[in-house]
Amino acid sequence: MNLYYYASPSTFYPLAGKLIPLFSALAFILAVVGLYISFFVAPTDFQQGEGYRIIFIHVPAAWMSMFIYVVMAFWSAIGLAWNTRLSFIMARALAPTGAMFTFVALWTGAFWGKPMWGAWWVWDARLTSELILFFLYVGVMALQAAIDDPRRSDRAGALLNLVGVINVPIIYFSVKWWNTLHQGSSVSLTRAPSMAHIMLWAMLVMALAAWMYAIAVALVRARSLVLERERQTDWVRALLEGKP
Amino acid sequence: MLKFFFTVIRRDVLLAARRRGDWLTAQFFFVMVVSMFPLGVGPEPTMLRTIGPGVVWVAALLASLLSLDRLFADDYRDGTLEQMLLSPYPTSLLTLGKAIAHWIINGIPLLVIAPVLGIQFNLPNEALWMLVLSLAIGTPILSLLGSIGAALTLGLRGGGVLVTLLILPLYVPALIFGAGAVEGILSGTGSEAQLSLLGAFLMMSLLLAPWVSAMALRVSVE
Repeated sequence: MNLYYYASPSTFYPLAGKLIPLFSALAFILAVVGLYISFFVAPTDFQQGEGYRIIFIHVPAAWMSMFIYVVMAFWSAIGLAWNTRLSFIMARALAPTGAMFTFVALWTGAFWGKPMWGAWWVWDARLTSELILFFLYVGVMALQAAIDDPRRSDRAGALLNLVGVINVPIIYFSVKWWNTLHQGSSVSLTRAPSMAHIMLWAMLVMALAAWMYAIAVALVRARSLVLERERQTDWVRALLEGKP
Repeated sequence: MLKFFFTVIRRDVLLAARRRGDWLTAQFFFVMVVSMFPLGVGPEPTMLRTIGPGVVWVAALLASLLSLDRLFADDYRDGTLEQMLLSPYPTSLLTLGKAIAHWIINGIPLLVIAPVLGIQFNLPNEALWMLVLSLAIGTPILSLLGSIGAALTLGLRGGGVLVTLLILPLYVPALIFGAGAVEGILSGTGSEAQLSLLGAFLMMSLLLAPWVSAMALRVSVE
């Protein structure tokens, strides 16, 4: 099978239409299973009590926030290198989901931090770099929104995305050193006891659910972007007229 | 090729010298922002000394951002930029020249003003020197990374605010290492590490930023 076959918007559109229900169903089932394990099967943590269950949302969201930024950079690089319209559409479709996961990670982190550390926010290296990652997402989306011409908007966003991806590790380490050089780390995020297996499983299932959800939502967004961009073409016209 | 490079720098510096009003605005912005902080947090000398390096550095970031939206915009409006892009020389040389000119116009004056502002914040002598040194290594980074933002937002409505949104997160390492170097002097832990890292970041920006900025310029102008 030729993979490039689906790189054209007209073939991608029906494929995405078929994949969306599949990924949505997977996301739903995995989320139900994951939530069941995290709330009813996983034991209460002997140090942190029930409050630790926030990590079943928090950790998958944080993973996805970083992963999606890298995936966006991947599509941006492909788009810039081979000039494929669909890669830019995928990069653009992923951005709001990534920003959402970053926000969820920060928000649930604050909820977890309050009972555990006694503070909603500390300038820990991971928290700070997650916050800056959120700013990077906002920057890419703001730039894409400010440019009306889709071609320029795609390319500008992709370039910024790539610059951001080079910078993310630098920012992470700079913040880490800043933190350790400034003051002795007051709170450590690395929990000392190794996690119970069942907790790890719950987290992995939830991460998979988040992953499937991200794919489904990105495909929905990509589909509407395709329709918007290709509205003057014959196949979109035929598609729209074919429907009652 | 070198001649082209120096012509770009010379031209921009000359243009700035002929329009002193624009140029002074950014410098006074820097002075005023820094001077607002003691009014806001109170005149306690030990506290001013702790926040001093950070405040001067943040103000330097903002001042450099303030002048960025004019980096390419004036040339873009009167068509000069397109002519420059049509020239046979690599575009990255143009963006590098522009960034260096921006540093000469906006970065070097900051180095001269910063020690005076440092005195306001009760910084000791060695810390003042370190502030100048860290700004000398750090402000070229601001101009180089900023040129990417200026090229990306060329000719957009609300370009000035947008540049801030795009570029400030990228400035974070420069801010941390720059202010950290001065902090190191104040707390006696030394500042070689931060200066080396700042220098490494400068080298990386010098290598990549003109190139990315040239690509961004091509995207924006085409």
